[in-house]
Amino acid sequence: MSYSDKAHDHPGHDEHDDHHHGPAPGLMRWITTTNHKDIGSLYLWFSLIMFFIGGAMALVIRAELGSPGLQFVDPMFFNSMTTMHAIVMIFGVVMPAFVGLANWMIPMMIGAPDMALPRLNNWSFWIMPFAFTIMLSTLFMDSGGPAGGWTLYPPLVLQMGDSFAFVIFAIHFLGISSVMGSINIVATIFNMRAPGMTMMKMPMFVWTWLITAYLLIATMPVFAGAVTMLLTDRFFGTSFFSAAGGGDPVMFQHIFWFFGHPEVYILILPAFGIVSSIIPTFARKPLFGYDSMVYATASIAFLSFIVWAHHMFTTGMPLAGELFFMFSTMMISVPTGVKVFNWVATMWRGSMTFETPMLFAVGFVIMFTIGGLSGLMLAITPADIQYHDTYFVVAHFHYVLVPGAIYSLMAATYYWIPKWTGNMYDEKLGKLHFWISTIFVNVLFFPMHFVGLAGMPRRIPDYNNMFADWNFIATVGAFGFGFSQLLFVYIILKCVKGGEKATDEVWEGARGLEWTVASPAPYHTFEVAPAISPDTVTR
Amino acid sequence: MTSGVYRWMLLIVCTLALPSVSLADWGALNMPVGVTEISGKVYELHMRIFIWCCVIGAAVFAVMFYSIFKHRKSKGAVSADFHESTTVEVIWTVVPLVILIVMAIPAAKVLIQMEDFSDSEMSIKVTGYQWRWQYEYLDEGISFYSQLDPAHNVARQADAGIDVGEIENYLNEVDNPLVVPVGKKIRFLHTAADVIHSWWVPAFSVKKDSIPGFINENWAKIEEPGIYRGKCTELCGRDHGFMPIVVHALPQEEYDTWVSEQKMKTVSTDIDAIRQWSKAELVATGEQVYGANCASCHQKEGQGIPGMFPAIAGSEIVNGDIGKHVSTVRDGVADSPMQAFGSRLSDVDMAAVITYQRNAFGNSTGDTLQPSHLRSLRQGARQSALDLPQNKLKGVN
Repeated sequence: MSYSDKAHDHPGHDEHDDHHHGPAPGLMRWITTTNHKDIGSLYLWFSLIMFFIGGAMALVIRAELGSPGLQFVDPMFFNSMTTMHAIVMIFGVVMPAFVGLANWMIPMMIGAPDMALPRLNNWSFWIMPFAFTIMLSTLFMDSGGPAGGWTLYPPLVLQMGDSFAFVIFAIHFLGISSVMGSINIVATIFNMRAPGMTMMKMPMFVWTWLITAYLLIATMPVFAGAVTMLLTDRFFGTSFFSAAGGGDPVMFQHIFWFFGHPEVYILILPAFGIVSSIIPTFARKPLFGYDSMVYATASIAFLSFIVWAHHMFTTGMPLAGELFFMFSTMMISVPTGVKVFNWVATMWRGSMTFETPMLFAVGFVIMFTIGGLSGLMLAITPADIQYHDTYFVVAHFHYVLVPGAIYSLMAATYYWIPKWTGNMYDEKLGKLHFWISTIFVNVLFFPMHFVGLAGMPRRIPDYNNMFADWNFIATVGAFGFGFSQLLFVYIILKCVKGGEKATDEVWEGARGLEWTVASPAPYHTFEVAPAISPDTVTR
Repeated sequence: MTSGVYRWMLLIVCTLALPSVSLADWGALNMPVGVTEISGKVYELHMRIFIWCCVIGAAVFAVMFYSIFKHRKSKGAVSADFHESTTVEVIWTVVPLVILIVMAIPAAKVLIQMEDFSDSEMSIKVTGYQWRWQYEYLDEGISFYSQLDPAHNVARQADAGIDVGEIENYLNEVDNPLVVPVGKKIRFLHTAADVIHSWWVPAFSVKKDSIPGFINENWAKIEEPGIYRGKCTELCGRDHGFMPIVVHALPQEEYDTWVSEQKMKTVSTDIDAIRQWSKAELVATGEQVYGANCASCHQKEGQGIPGMFPAIAGSEIVNGDIGKHVSTVRDGVADSPMQAFGSRLSDVDMAAVITYQRNAFGNSTGDTLQPSHLRSLRQGARQSALDLPQNKLKGVN
């Protein structure tokens, strides 16, 4: 386990040499670092910046939709905002933030000194800023950014101007980054666990990430294949997706969603892991049904590969296909329900306190459940034919992604930031952040259910007056939610600069190896594998 | 946090929400019941699953909130030690499974009925274009295009300065609505000419993708006469939000009258196609055609959008050889958003728009193109298509 050059040079005495290698000084520290904590921080800062870029795009969308008529932007630019907002939020915010948390926490949770493949780790991060520079630069090209939706359906996507090749190139690099990150996580979990840290003793966050990493390794190459076929269709005369040349545009949708559906679980499984860590801590009671949580996560991952065509019920599938995908999609609600029930059972007869991480975690459970229930409605194919491509769908997936995935990330930040910085965050401001966000996020997304059911399609810049009132309310919610996130940044910066010193355990009910190291966590932890005892594992 | 802060937040939210709530159109809350048997059944399924979801949600949240209020440390709650129970895990796996089966059976029945296209009494082919629909009555030989009402098209432009709130059915009105009879099983055949579109009329619970190169089926049997409105629901480019659907469902006799009127119209169109037109007439017609077909890309003043859509003003093609101009409009430009308008515009419209383009936006070729010229060109093309094998032998394209 060579986690530094120094230790590598002197394999004889790697027990007492941690004073040799603190971080390198200056900017080069961040560029050349192979330290899992540094790289974790880089990922987290990167995703925080991208959160505001993607959020600004969302506000352009909501500003235009504040009232009927075209107010601010051209429909073409509106379309590139919806497209870019999705790409940035998925590939630039949620995924990197989870990878950042994995980098920081997985080695500390399993008693490993670092990730298994530190140089690969550096590379998989540093690809991303360049990929996103290319991606975002397309907005400044004459032809504008991609405007065919993040789903990149042909033939529409082939009408994109000069930015097309840049977008595909950037997607390839993001995919490479994700796959490398995932390989690293799998290798770390299988090879770097401290003696005695058996698979079924691992914290749920480690389990969910292990399964997520497999989903990424399995589906990212499929996506890469799909966009490469688009590339050759456009530039090299192939006709994979053109009926005129014997191809099939619907084939792209099948391939895309074979990636795309597991992708939505990539965006939520680590969130399950975070919430499964936080709730037991603040309920002062072990996670209820650990084994069933592991099996439920694995079942969701398996099912995610056989439900993809529920995104395509209007494409004219045969009846047998529609029935199969309806039943398999409905099945997903069983393991998902098990998870929700287990969280509630963990809270039941606990001794709960509601610090900010717990508030966000409870908010997650409630609002993710709302999103999950509307997902069950969407599974009913005849009804889905009415819901499909309306704001009802937009409401559904924003409920699982914003008060779902994003809330889990905020919960994780508040939960672990004392360990990262050694300082407690401002609890009052944290709670204020939670309550303002929760009010506005519902003002923002709940009305979308109504306009969707009443017939408002998604991805349109202008609409009939009958949808005006709810859209105005949603826009008020959007600006409220967007600007209240500045408070989040302020709380983080304040915590980084100073504050009440955190204890090593930080939280009264916290269990797990990460709470046995000092706060802030030293640059190198667990150079000697820790002893695993019932007190230091989460179960 | 003090309760004072909570009260403030509540006040702010209410103040923001109040003006909207009092004005809100409460009709825009739920799925319409619709006017077909299928749409009624879909509505029932929707309400049934919705109520199940509410019940499940209420039960879970009730337990959760009870726990949140009772089992908190500040109330002296001491945490219990239990952390697993195979029995409850089995219960909360099996119970949802049973609920799902109860839901799946009626859903499957409705789905099977929706997918039964047999015994249709008439067929209408619906073709999606960027950004309009073409309706072809396969049994009657009637065919026309349907696109956003010109008045709405003017009003929706960013610089129009028109209060769209004053316009009735804003963005939900078309120039030529689809006209259908009630009480007949109508089969719709969906396809597209350029990119994927999706034809949705909520009142019929009919939504199907129009996919270039493929034909999808769908059907509706409308029970009540009326005007029903829908939208394109698959992102199809810049004006995706501006290609509405309007269906006039008429009693059978009124529908029959409409059909015979349409057939008469075809005759007068034929006369227009062969008579001599004045330049002024062509320019006037051409301006309308331009506004409806060209302006969304090439822009109202013909300036285009640099890097995306070329300008008409000062364009080499428009100011150059008229034959090249005609073939560009007629056949489109490969691998670009410029479509082939040959099958979409009548000879009159095509001649008019070309004449207009050559004499507007500072272009001053002075050319006039007669519809009859296009007609003979087309017949000539048919002739040369017949000659093709010979041409190939000579090595001439």
